[in-house]
Amino acid sequence: MSHSLVTMSYIVATILFILSLSGLSNQETARRGNYYGMLGMAIAIIATTLSGSVTSYAILIVALLIGGAIGAKAALKVEMTQMPELVAIMHSLVGMAAVLVGYANFMDASTTLSGVEKNIHEVEIYIGILIGAVTFSGSVIAFGKLSERISGKPMLLPGRHWLNLGLLVLAIILGRMFLQQTETGGGTFPLLLMTVIALAFGVHMVMAIGGADMPVVVSMLNSYSGWAAAATGFMLSNDLLIVTGALVGSSGAILSYIMCRAMNRNFISVIAGGFGTSGGEAAVVEGEVTPISAEETAQLLLDAKNIMIIPGYGMAVAQAQHTVNEITKLLRDKGKKVGFGIHPVAGRMPGHMNVLLAEAKVPYDIVYEMDEINEDWGHVDVSIVIGANDIVNPSALDDPNSPIAGMPVLECWKGETTVVLKRSMASGYAGVGNPLFVLENTRMLFGDANATMQAVLKALKG
Amino acid sequence: MKIGIPKEIHPGEKRVATTPEAAEQIIKLGFSVLLESGAGLAANISDEAYKEVGVEIVNNAKNLWKKADIVMKVRAPERHPELALDEIDLLSKGGSLISFIWPAQNEELMQKLAAKDATVLAMDSVPRMSRAQKLDALSSMANIAGYRAVIEAAQHFGRFFTGQITAAGKIPPAKVLVIGAGVAGLAAIGTAKSMGAIVRAFDTRPEVKEQIESMDAEFLLLDFKEEGAGAGGYAKTMSKEFIEAEMALFARQAMEVDIIITTALIPGKPAPKLITEGMVKSMKPGSIIVDLAAEQGGNCALTEKDQVVVKHDVTIIGYSNLPSRLANQSSQLYATNLRHLLTELCPEKNGEINVNMEDEVIRGTTVIKEGKITWPPPPPKLSAAPAPQTEAPAYAAAQEAKKSVIPDSVKQFIPLIIGGLALFGIGSVAPASFMAHFTVFVLACFIGYQVIWNVSASLHTPLMSVTNAISGIIVIGALVQISAPGFTISVLAGLAILIASINIAGGFLVTRRMLEMFRK
Repeated sequence: MSHSLVTMSYIVATILFILSLSGLSNQETARRGNYYGMLGMAIAIIATTLSGSVTSYAILIVALLIGGAIGAKAALKVEMTQMPELVAIMHSLVGMAAVLVGYANFMDASTTLSGVEKNIHEVEIYIGILIGAVTFSGSVIAFGKLSERISGKPMLLPGRHWLNLGLLVLAIILGRMFLQQTETGGGTFPLLLMTVIALAFGVHMVMAIGGADMPVVVSMLNSYSGWAAAATGFMLSNDLLIVTGALVGSSGAILSYIMCRAMNRNFISVIAGGFGTSGGEAAVVEGEVTPISAEETAQLLLDAKNIMIIPGYGMAVAQAQHTVNEITKLLRDKGKKVGFGIHPVAGRMPGHMNVLLAEAKVPYDIVYEMDEINEDWGHVDVSIVIGANDIVNPSALDDPNSPIAGMPVLECWKGETTVVLKRSMASGYAGVGNPLFVLENTRMLFGDANATMQAVLKALKG
Repeated sequence: MKIGIPKEIHPGEKRVATTPEAAEQIIKLGFSVLLESGAGLAANISDEAYKEVGVEIVNNAKNLWKKADIVMKVRAPERHPELALDEIDLLSKGGSLISFIWPAQNEELMQKLAAKDATVLAMDSVPRMSRAQKLDALSSMANIAGYRAVIEAAQHFGRFFTGQITAAGKIPPAKVLVIGAGVAGLAAIGTAKSMGAIVRAFDTRPEVKEQIESMDAEFLLLDFKEEGAGAGGYAKTMSKEFIEAEMALFARQAMEVDIIITTALIPGKPAPKLITEGMVKSMKPGSIIVDLAAEQGGNCALTEKDQVVVKHDVTIIGYSNLPSRLANQSSQLYATNLRHLLTELCPEKNGEINVNMEDEVIRGTTVIKEGKITWPPPPPKLSAAPAPQTEAPAYAAAQEAKKSVIPDSVKQFIPLIIGGLALFGIGSVAPASFMAHFTVFVLACFIGYQVIWNVSASLHTPLMSVTNAISGIIVIGALVQISAPGFTISVLAGLAILIASINIAGGFLVTRRMLEMFRK
């Protein structure tokens, strides 16, 4: 294949990738978009393989097959509740690949650059490996936190901001050393040292972030993995990599922005970590909760006309989405209006709840975003909060000292009655007490979300 | 325990303290219910209807008072016209009484009841809290009074409420002014509005503006700042200047409107005089004033209690007991209020009442406990209206002060300036080949920005997994290196291919799996 033909194939692949992302603007076109993405990837790989620069087909095919098989297996096996973990670990793989490609490129002596171009090339390698390594270790820690192999609590080292700054300065100094040494053909040592520092930085950064901020972290790492790919593209002077990396990078950046806005948090403060450690003393929640039984809940639902369900991470943990769907179906058959209210940061990654509900076959046209329904709570007779806490916390709106002050929340307490499913009276992931639980029109249904939902379903049927 | 329902003896009182529906529920709580024969007749409920649900009918009042442990009434006890003795004397020693009492106005009655070692719960003293709403008889009765006030006005008003254009000419809509937007005022607004009138309303408490406007009425704004909400969500007495401004407003309105409905009451005080004789004179002939405060002396200077009078060609309606004019409806609501109170009093559902003074609702309602006067209660902790937030604005102000160090207009440009400088710096040293790639990079970022904002929020997880797959494009980087000389490079590149292909396969397949699930 001639060089021009390869370039042309890359352009086609680029366009297909863009179409793939724009297809996600709604559910109907999303499936087609995914196929565009696959097609683009296939074109890019085939064109590169046939470009003449590839000769070791054996390694290539073996590696592709093994990798593809592992990926396919993971994709088909994964539970929808584990999606955040899968996404996190895939980010780490992109980071890892970027590091490997960077090192391979560094060792490749066949490049014949000189002067400024050579310097820029070295800088590109350096930056590519740096971003790749941070993405890798950060994502591994994020994976650990999401799969609860590592505690979700933020780990706050004393003087962590100075530590981060120190690591950054060190990385810059090493970069200088690296550039000086490459002039004479060396540079391996600073590069390795920098890689270790970048790995440590990634670990430290994510360790300091609490569980409630995970959606931001996951989307931020998504962004990093894109920038890592883009940096690799610069290193290899490959426009396809640059474009794709930039697309993914800006996608992740926008998602992070959306998530931060949904929590009323500053991006920098999330990254700097340590949730809820600053600000004044939050008001202590006092009052008595009113418990309710599953049978009474069922009665409440039967008497209601307009029902809104607010799922949170707890629903994912308890795997209650299927039971919830059955209840929804039953109630809809009885002529009741049932909807789902999704907070942008419900769950552990953007859109997590939507995927879970889709898995349980809840029709997506009754699943609403927060902004679509937050005006309508006055018409809601019963809202059921399943395993959510901070996203329905009234103190976000009326307590300026609350750590989540100013975060937009689902204002379910404005409805007639709110039933909150909860394992016990513990505070949410953000460690904030919730005055919703002691409101006059709130009823608490204690127990495992799935077990209690099953009981409600039974009572509805019986 | 036995609950007795005597026949109301107050002249013109048609209500009854329980209905068959409520009695049925009360019996379920474990009580037995006795009813004086004929107690429900004035509210169109026969003795038979009560009997059907298991109520025992007692033939005369004396027997009933004697048998009952708890007596539930509408009106406060007074002198029995037929038996020629006070109802209080009929109450057995140590018995319980639940009814309207008005302890502030009826001190003598309170003393007598206390002397009887009675336990008395006053339905007019239910604290104003959201939990107590279901037993708030004042509200449920006020609602009826508001409705009836409009009906009475319509009865005496010589015209339509709604405007019409007919073959026989144009009919202008009636203009109604409602003063005081409490429960009664709001009910009046709703009723008049639904009959087609133009409704204006006034209240000293500015926070009810929203409620008035939500009923599609016009809130008359007074150009005067004073907080009119007193303790417990009721109105309070206003300053002299305020009242002057208010009177001027009413004087202007009186000339314009056809019907004035006044509902202004301040708890425990005579009703404020809002409509002077001069204002009545200035009203159009045939206009109507319905004075819901007639019981407390009236809001209009010319009101005569329980009478309809015509003065200066204006009909002034001073009925003090409007709920009784809708006896069946108001009995139903009042009975339900009482039933809710009993449910609170008897949480065990064992037919025994437990006057638990720890409970804020019961504490507020109980005016005498076992002969000890417990009225007035300590002020309720919660107000029906949210307490004014003093801290939040202060906090916001502090934030604003912080912001103003750098003006927002300048702040906006800071990232642009930094970005511009950075681009300039790169451009001054970078070679042409780098710039070509850089152009592609920047444009791609912009395309990404445009495309991603259109992604539906519900598809954010598939977006992440598909970008995962797409960032597997890094495989290209490994592909072009795999054939470079050197074993290490091949191994590194081979590993990179393996890892990237996990991403590609995994990302696309899991995205497909997810998207298949999204179904209508």
